[in-house]
Amino acid sequence: MTLIIFYILSAVTLGTALLTIISKNPIHSAIYLVISFFSIAGHYLMFNAQFLAVVHIIVYSGAIMVLFLFTIMLMNLNEEEEPHKSALSKIAAVISFCLLCFVMLAVFVKAQPQIIDYDISGEDFQSIKLLGKVLLNEYMLPFEFASVLLLVSMIGAVLLSKKEKAKI
Amino acid sequence: MENILQIIGIQNYIYLATILFCIGVFGVLYRRNAIIMFMSIEIMLNAVNLLFVAFSTYHQDAEGQVFVFFSMAVAAAEVAVGLAILVSIYRNLHSIDVDKLKNLKG
Repeated sequence: MTLIIFYILSAVTLGTALLTIISKNPIHSAIYLVISFFSIAGHYLMFNAQFLAVVHIIVYSGAIMVLFLFTIMLMNLNEEEEPHKSALSKIAAVISFCLLCFVMLAVFVKAQPQIIDYDISGEDFQSIKLLGKVLLNEYMLPFEFASVLLLVSMIGAVLLSKKEKAKI
Repeated sequence: MENILQIIGIQNYIYLATILFCIGVFGVLYRRNAIIMFMSIEIMLNAVNLLFVAFSTYHQDAEGQVFVFFSMAVAAAEVAVGLAILVSIYRNLHSIDVDKLKNLKG
């Protein structure tokens, strides 16, 4: 049962990720990307990582996708106006994709990680309570740096997208 | 509490994350619409995050998930700044075709 859910979720993730890239209309790409993010949140739920699943949905499916959709609407790109890339470079991209997939999968298949059994320590390692303690004790300084990073990026985004005064 | 990796196996998650990462690379190579390239970068980041969580469960350790949290913060910052840059590129060029950005080409 769990295995079937895993396969379905993986198929949805990979298929919608590919459709994101293939589809012509940027709005459709964004919608497919939302579905892909939701299925990845489903993977997190299967790991029983509740905190990450919730944060993933809030940050990716919420904030980042709204940002993408607003940018697409701001640029008014919904009609097909993208000039076509030459067939040669598309073929080259497909070939390099296949080769990269082949090489990396071959590496991981041949490496055969020496895993016989998975240990279950029994202790709690991914509840929200414990993650909060770890985040605010051991990783206190990086946590604060993350907040500074978000502040700086917010100021940078506002400054960058501000309309410039009349140029010379 | 049972471990999900006993049923599925960590190698399946490794393969899934690898293929997802390769799809992201393919998107950067295949399209030249800058927004789609950004989406491909997000896909690549998500593949890495998924593998982080898988190995965090494998080692029964919380630190992998803490790192995923930080990488999400960095991804959010990156998208905000990147899309602001895209908007200002679009304002100057009236296009987001990355092939037109060749002012620095000799």
